[in-house]
Amino acid sequence: MKQKPENGMKLFVPKKAATVLSIFIFIVAVGTSAFRNDAPVKQMEFNTINRDSLVSVQAFETVYKTLMSPRCMNCHPAGDVPLQGDDSHLHAMGPKRGLDGKGVYAMKCSNCHQETNIAGLHMPPGNPEWHLPPAAMKMVFQGKSAHELAKQLVDKKQNGNKDIKKLIEHADDGLVLAGWNPGEGRTLPPVTHAEFKKAWITWLQSGAYAPKK
Amino acid sequence: MEADPQMPLLWAIRDLVGLKGTKYGCGVAQCGACVVHLDGEAVRSCVTKVSRAAGKKVVTIEGLSETNSHPVQKAWQDIDVPQCGYCHSGQIMSAAVLLREKPNPTDQDIDDAMAGNICRCGTYLRIREAIHTAAELQKKTGTKG
Repeated sequence: MKQKPENGMKLFVPKKAATVLSIFIFIVAVGTSAFRNDAPVKQMEFNTINRDSLVSVQAFETVYKTLMSPRCMNCHPAGDVPLQGDDSHLHAMGPKRGLDGKGVYAMKCSNCHQETNIAGLHMPPGNPEWHLPPAAMKMVFQGKSAHELAKQLVDKKQNGNKDIKKLIEHADDGLVLAGWNPGEGRTLPPVTHAEFKKAWITWLQSGAYAPKK
Repeated sequence: MEADPQMPLLWAIRDLVGLKGTKYGCGVAQCGACVVHLDGEAVRSCVTKVSRAAGKKVVTIEGLSETNSHPVQKAWQDIDVPQCGYCHSGQIMSAAVLLREKPNPTDQDIDDAMAGNICRCGTYLRIREAIHTAAELQKKTGTKG
Protein backbone atom coordinates (compact mmCIF):
# COMPACT_ATOMS: atom_id res chain seq x y z
CA MET A 1 0.00 0.00 0.00
CA LYS A 2 1.35 3.38 -0.98
CA GLN A 3 1.91 5.98 1.65
CA LYS A 4 0.28 9.30 1.07
CA PRO A 5 2.81 12.15 0.61
CA GLU A 6 1.22 14.33 3.32
CA ASN A 7 1.65 11.52 5.97
CA GLY A 8 5.36 11.27 5.08
CA MET A 9 5.84 14.99 5.71
CA LYS A 10 4.14 14.67 9.13
CA LEU A 11 6.73 12.02 10.22
CA PHE A 12 9.72 13.88 8.78
CA VAL A 13 9.06 17.16 10.59
CA PRO A 14 9.14 15.78 14.19
CA LYS A 15 12.32 13.77 13.43
CA LYS A 16 14.04 16.86 12.10
CA ALA A 17 12.90 18.93 15.09
CA ALA A 18 14.12 16.30 17.55
CA THR A 19 17.55 16.18 15.90
CA VAL A 20 17.93 19.97 16.01
CA LEU A 21 16.79 20.02 19.64
CA SER A 22 19.31 17.31 20.61
CA ILE A 23 22.17 19.23 18.95
CA PHE A 24 21.06 22.39 20.75
CA ILE A 25 20.96 20.68 24.14
CA PHE A 26 24.40 19.14 23.56
CA ILE A 27 25.93 22.52 22.67
CA VAL A 28 24.34 24.18 25.70
CA ALA A 29 25.50 21.40 28.04
CA VAL A 30 29.10 21.49 26.79
CA GLY A 31 29.16 25.27 26.99
CA THR A 32 27.77 25.33 30.51
CA SER A 33 30.13 22.68 31.85
CA ALA A 34 33.10 24.70 30.67
CA PHE A 35 32.15 27.44 33.14
CA ARG A 36 31.37 25.25 36.18
CA ASN A 37 33.34 26.14 39.26
CA ASP A 38 32.38 22.98 41.10
CA ALA A 39 33.89 20.63 38.64
CA PRO A 40 34.78 17.29 40.21
CA VAL A 41 38.20 17.31 41.82
CA LYS A 42 40.25 14.45 43.11
CA GLN A 43 38.21 12.73 45.81
CA MET A 44 39.20 13.54 49.40
CA GLU A 45 41.09 10.65 50.92
CA PHE A 46 40.18 11.74 54.51
CA ASN A 47 38.00 8.83 55.42
CA THR A 48 38.91 6.44 52.70
CA ILE A 49 40.43 3.15 53.68
CA ASN A 50 43.03 1.72 51.36
CA ARG A 51 43.63 -1.57 53.04
CA ASP A 52 47.26 -2.53 53.36
CA SER A 53 48.16 -4.68 56.32
CA LEU A 54 51.91 -4.19 55.99
CA VAL A 55 51.70 -0.40 55.90
CA SER A 56 49.12 -0.44 58.68
CA VAL A 57 51.04 -2.64 61.10
CA GLN A 58 54.25 -0.72 60.41
CA ALA A 59 52.51 2.60 61.21
CA PHE A 60 51.10 1.12 64.40
CA GLU A 61 54.62 0.51 65.71
CA THR A 62 55.00 4.28 66.02
CA VAL A 63 51.49 4.67 67.41
CA TYR A 64 52.06 1.96 70.00
CA LYS A 65 55.39 3.21 71.31
CA THR A 66 53.86 6.69 71.62
CA LEU A 67 50.70 5.60 73.43
CA MET A 68 52.70 3.41 75.79
CA SER A 69 55.04 6.27 76.69
CA PRO A 70 54.45 7.81 80.14
CA ARG A 71 52.96 11.00 78.70
CA CYS A 72 50.06 9.03 77.21
CA MET A 73 49.84 5.89 79.34
CA ASN A 74 49.96 7.66 82.70
CA CYS A 75 46.38 8.81 82.23
CA HIS A 76 45.25 5.44 80.85
CA PRO A 77 46.06 3.24 83.87
CA ALA A 78 44.91 -0.31 84.45
CA GLY A 79 43.56 0.64 87.87
CA ASP A 80 41.60 3.63 89.09
CA VAL A 81 44.60 5.68 90.21
CA PRO A 82 46.49 7.67 87.58
CA LEU A 83 50.20 7.12 87.03
CA GLN A 84 52.92 9.67 87.45
CA GLY A 85 56.47 10.34 86.32
CA ASP A 86 58.70 8.83 83.68
CA ASP A 87 58.65 5.54 85.60
CA SER A 88 54.83 5.54 85.66
CA HIS A 89 54.50 5.03 89.39
CA LEU A 90 51.12 5.40 91.09
CA HIS A 91 50.15 9.06 91.49
CA ALA A 92 51.15 10.47 94.86
CA MET A 93 48.16 10.77 97.22
CA GLY A 94 46.31 8.07 95.28
CA PRO A 95 43.58 10.19 93.67
CA LYS A 96 40.72 8.05 92.36
CA ARG A 97 39.19 8.12 88.91
CA GLY A 98 35.57 8.74 89.94
CA LEU A 99 32.61 8.12 87.66
CA ASP A 100 33.41 10.93 85.26
CA GLY A 101 37.17 10.48 85.39
CA LYS A 102 37.62 13.83 87.12
CA GLY A 103 38.29 12.57 90.64
CA VAL A 104 36.20 12.37 93.79
CA TYR A 105 35.13 14.68 96.62
CA ALA A 106 38.07 16.80 97.78
CA MET A 107 40.39 14.97 95.40
CA LYS A 108 39.27 16.20 92.01
CA CYS A 109 41.90 16.56 89.30
CA SER A 110 41.31 20.27 88.83
CA ASN A 111 41.89 20.95 92.54
CA CYS A 112 45.61 20.75 91.77
CA HIS A 113 45.86 20.65 87.98
CA GLN A 114 45.26 24.15 86.69
CA GLU A 115 44.41 25.26 83.16
CA THR A 116 48.09 25.56 82.26
CA ASN A 117 51.32 24.01 83.47
CA ILE A 118 52.72 25.49 86.65
CA ALA A 119 56.27 26.74 86.31
CA GLY A 120 58.92 24.72 88.11
CA LEU A 121 60.44 21.27 88.11
CA HIS A 122 57.82 18.49 88.49
CA MET A 123 55.08 20.98 89.36
CA PRO A 124 51.53 19.86 88.48
CA PRO A 125 50.98 19.96 84.72
CA GLY A 126 47.80 21.70 83.59
CA ASN A 127 45.04 21.56 81.04
CA PRO A 128 41.44 22.85 81.20
CA GLU A 129 40.13 19.33 80.55
CA TRP A 130 42.44 17.34 82.79
CA HIS A 131 40.85 13.95 83.53
CA LEU A 132 41.12 10.20 83.18
CA PRO A 133 38.78 8.22 80.93
CA PRO A 134 35.45 7.74 82.72
CA ALA A 135 34.69 4.68 84.85
CA ALA A 136 32.27 3.31 82.27
CA MET A 137 34.93 3.34 79.54
CA LYS A 138 38.39 3.17 81.04
CA MET A 139 40.34 2.94 77.78
CA VAL A 140 43.24 1.20 79.50
CA PHE A 141 46.65 1.37 77.81
CA GLN A 142 48.78 0.11 80.70
CA GLY A 143 49.73 -3.54 80.27
CA LYS A 144 48.21 -3.92 76.81
CA SER A 145 50.09 -5.69 74.03
CA ALA A 146 50.23 -3.99 70.64
CA HIS A 147 47.62 -6.46 69.40
CA GLU A 148 45.27 -5.79 72.32
CA LEU A 149 45.63 -2.02 72.14
CA ALA A 150 45.06 -1.89 68.38
CA LYS A 151 41.87 -3.91 68.74
CA GLN A 152 40.68 -1.75 71.60
CA LEU A 153 41.35 1.56 69.87
CA VAL A 154 38.97 0.83 67.02
CA ASP A 155 36.31 -0.93 69.08
CA LYS A 156 33.47 1.56 69.42
CA LYS A 157 32.38 -0.13 72.63
CA GLN A 158 35.75 0.67 74.15
CA ASN A 159 36.82 3.88 72.43
CA GLY A 160 33.98 6.28 73.23
CA ASN A 161 31.94 5.31 70.16
CA LYS A 162 34.48 6.88 67.80
CA ASP A 163 34.51 6.00 64.12
CA ILE A 164 37.60 6.41 61.94
CA LYS A 165 36.86 10.08 61.28
CA LYS A 166 36.47 10.85 64.98
CA LEU A 167 39.58 8.85 65.84
CA ILE A 168 41.59 10.87 63.34
CA GLU A 169 40.22 14.09 64.82
CA HIS A 170 41.13 12.86 68.30
CA ALA A 171 44.82 13.16 67.41
CA ASP A 172 44.37 16.92 67.83
CA ASP A 173 42.40 16.72 71.09
CA GLY A 174 43.65 19.18 73.69
CA LEU A 175 44.62 16.52 76.21
CA VAL A 176 46.41 14.46 73.55
CA LEU A 177 48.40 17.55 72.56
CA ALA A 178 49.19 18.17 76.23
CA GLY A 179 51.38 15.08 76.11
CA TRP A 180 53.83 17.12 74.08
CA ASN A 181 53.76 19.98 76.59
CA PRO A 182 54.23 18.04 79.83
CA GLY A 183 55.92 20.65 81.98
CA GLU A 184 59.42 20.78 83.38
CA GLY A 185 61.15 17.56 84.36
CA ARG A 186 59.13 15.20 82.17
CA THR A 187 60.36 13.52 79.00
CA LEU A 188 58.48 13.99 75.76
CA PRO A 189 56.84 11.14 73.85
CA PRO A 190 59.30 9.26 71.58
CA VAL A 191 58.18 11.00 68.36
CA THR A 192 56.88 14.47 67.57
CA HIS A 193 53.16 15.07 67.49
CA ALA A 194 53.35 15.48 63.71
CA GLU A 195 55.06 12.11 63.36
CA PHE A 196 52.56 10.50 65.70
CA LYS A 197 49.61 11.98 63.83
CA LYS A 198 50.97 10.85 60.49
CA ALA A 199 51.42 7.29 61.78
CA TRP A 200 48.01 7.37 63.48
CA ILE A 201 46.21 8.42 60.29
CA THR A 202 48.21 5.97 58.18
CA TRP A 203 47.36 3.14 60.54
CA LEU A 204 43.66 3.99 60.53
CA GLN A 205 43.31 4.66 56.82
CA SER A 206 45.19 1.55 55.80
CA GLY A 207 42.76 -0.66 57.64
CA ALA A 208 43.73 -0.34 61.34
CA TYR A 209 45.30 -3.79 61.31
CA ALA A 210 46.35 -5.19 64.67
CA PRO A 211 49.86 -6.62 64.98
CA LYS A 212 49.93 -10.36 65.62
CA LYS A 213 51.29 -9.90 69.14
CA MET B 1 40.48 42.88 96.28
CA GLU B 2 43.06 43.79 93.64
CA ALA B 3 46.01 41.50 93.06
CA ASP B 4 48.44 40.38 90.40
CA PRO B 5 46.55 37.76 88.37
CA GLN B 6 49.63 35.51 88.49
CA MET B 7 49.86 35.64 92.30
CA PRO B 8 49.03 32.37 94.12
CA LEU B 9 45.62 32.65 95.72
CA LEU B 10 47.17 31.66 99.04
CA TRP B 11 49.38 34.76 98.99
CA ALA B 12 46.39 36.98 98.28
CA ILE B 13 44.34 35.40 101.08
CA ARG B 14 47.07 35.60 103.69
CA ASP B 15 49.05 38.70 102.75
CA LEU B 16 46.53 40.94 101.02
CA VAL B 17 43.27 40.03 102.77
CA GLY B 18 44.97 39.16 106.03
CA LEU B 19 43.22 35.86 106.71
CA LYS B 20 45.87 33.65 108.26
CA GLY B 21 43.84 30.50 108.89
CA THR B 22 44.84 28.95 105.58
CA LYS B 23 48.38 27.59 105.85
CA TYR B 24 51.36 27.34 103.57
CA GLY B 25 52.71 23.80 103.64
CA CYS B 26 54.61 22.50 100.64
CA GLY B 27 53.80 25.06 97.94
CA VAL B 28 53.54 22.34 95.28
CA ALA B 29 50.00 20.95 95.81
CA GLN B 30 51.24 17.91 97.69
CA CYS B 31 50.16 18.37 101.30
CA GLY B 32 46.70 20.01 101.43
CA ALA B 33 47.41 22.57 104.15
CA CYS B 34 46.32 25.40 101.84
CA VAL B 35 42.91 24.00 100.79
CA VAL B 36 40.14 26.57 100.36
CA HIS B 37 36.80 26.33 98.58
CA LEU B 38 36.63 27.87 95.13
CA ASP B 39 33.02 27.77 94.02
CA GLY B 40 32.62 24.85 96.40
CA GLU B 41 35.62 22.82 95.25
CA ALA B 42 38.56 22.07 97.53
CA VAL B 43 41.35 23.69 95.54
CA ARG B 44 44.94 24.02 96.66
CA SER B 45 45.47 27.72 96.93
CA CYS B 46 49.26 27.50 96.74
CA VAL B 47 49.13 26.54 93.04
CA THR B 48 45.88 28.29 92.12
CA LYS B 49 46.46 31.66 90.55
CA VAL B 50 44.40 34.68 91.52
CA SER B 51 43.21 34.87 87.89
CA ARG B 52 41.36 31.56 88.30
CA ALA B 53 39.47 32.92 91.28
CA ALA B 54 38.33 36.11 89.56
CA GLY B 55 34.56 36.44 89.90
CA LYS B 56 34.27 33.22 91.88
CA LYS B 57 33.33 32.56 95.49
CA VAL B 58 36.29 31.83 97.73
CA VAL B 59 35.63 30.39 101.18
CA THR B 60 38.45 29.97 103.68
CA ILE B 61 38.38 28.27 107.08
CA GLU B 62 37.31 31.61 108.57
CA GLY B 63 34.23 31.65 106.36
CA LEU B 64 33.11 28.06 106.76
CA SER B 65 30.72 29.21 109.48
CA GLU B 66 30.31 32.42 111.45
CA THR B 67 30.48 30.73 114.85
CA ASN B 68 32.66 27.70 114.22
CA SER B 69 29.45 25.71 114.20
CA HIS B 70 29.86 23.82 110.95
CA PRO B 71 29.35 20.11 111.74
CA VAL B 72 32.94 19.35 110.78
CA GLN B 73 34.28 22.09 113.07
CA LYS B 74 32.09 20.90 115.94
CA ALA B 75 33.18 17.31 115.44
CA TRP B 76 36.83 18.40 115.33
CA GLN B 77 36.34 20.09 118.69
CA ASP B 78 34.39 17.18 120.18
CA ILE B 79 37.00 14.60 119.20
CA ASP B 80 39.88 17.00 119.89
CA VAL B 81 41.43 16.03 116.59
CA PRO B 82 44.46 18.31 116.14
CA GLN B 83 47.83 17.81 117.71
CA CYS B 84 50.00 20.63 116.36
CA GLY B 85 47.07 21.82 114.27
CA TYR B 86 48.99 23.21 111.31
CA CYS B 87 47.29 21.06 108.67
CA HIS B 88 43.79 21.17 110.10
CA SER B 89 42.25 24.10 108.30
CA GLY B 90 43.01 22.23 105.09
CA GLN B 91 41.74 18.95 106.60
CA ILE B 92 38.47 20.58 107.64
CA MET B 93 37.91 22.25 104.27
CA SER B 94 38.45 18.94 102.47
CA ALA B 95 36.17 17.09 104.88
CA ALA B 96 33.43 19.68 104.34
CA VAL B 97 33.42 18.97 100.61
CA LEU B 98 33.27 15.23 101.28
CA LEU B 99 30.25 15.58 103.56
CA ARG B 100 28.45 17.84 101.13
CA GLU B 101 28.83 15.30 98.33
CA LYS B 102 28.60 12.14 100.44
CA PRO B 103 26.62 12.79 103.62
CA ASN B 104 27.18 9.28 104.95
CA PRO B 105 30.71 8.40 103.94
CA THR B 106 32.28 5.00 104.50
CA ASP B 107 35.84 4.63 105.74
CA GLN B 108 36.86 4.09 102.13
CA ASP B 109 35.12 7.30 101.03
CA ILE B 110 36.97 9.18 103.78
CA ASP B 111 40.30 7.71 102.74
CA ASP B 112 39.61 8.58 99.09
CA ALA B 113 38.63 12.14 99.94
CA MET B 114 41.31 12.88 102.50
CA ALA B 115 44.27 11.13 100.88
CA GLY B 116 45.63 14.46 99.71
CA ASN B 117 45.75 16.01 103.17
CA ILE B 118 48.89 15.09 105.04
CA CYS B 119 49.18 15.26 108.83
CA ARG B 120 52.73 14.86 110.08
CA CYS B 121 51.40 14.34 113.61
CA GLY B 122 49.52 11.32 112.33
CA THR B 123 46.03 12.21 113.52
CA TYR B 124 44.43 10.22 110.72
CA LEU B 125 42.38 7.94 112.94
CA ARG B 126 40.88 10.91 114.80
CA ILE B 127 40.21 12.66 111.50
CA ARG B 128 38.29 9.65 110.28
CA GLU B 129 36.35 9.42 113.56
CA ALA B 130 35.55 13.13 113.45
CA ILE B 131 34.20 12.90 109.93
CA HIS B 132 31.85 10.10 110.97
CA THR B 133 30.78 12.24 113.93
CA ALA B 134 30.26 15.24 111.65
CA ALA B 135 28.09 13.11 109.38
CA GLU B 136 25.89 12.26 112.38
CA LEU B 137 25.71 15.91 113.45
CA GLN B 138 24.84 16.95 109.94
CA LYS B 139 22.04 14.39 109.87
CA LYS B 140 20.64 15.57 113.21
CA THR B 141 20.80 19.25 112.52
CA GLY B 142 20.06 19.11 108.82
CA THR B 143 22.97 21.42 108.13
CA LYS B 144 25.28 20.93 105.21
CA GLY B 145 28.71 22.16 104.38
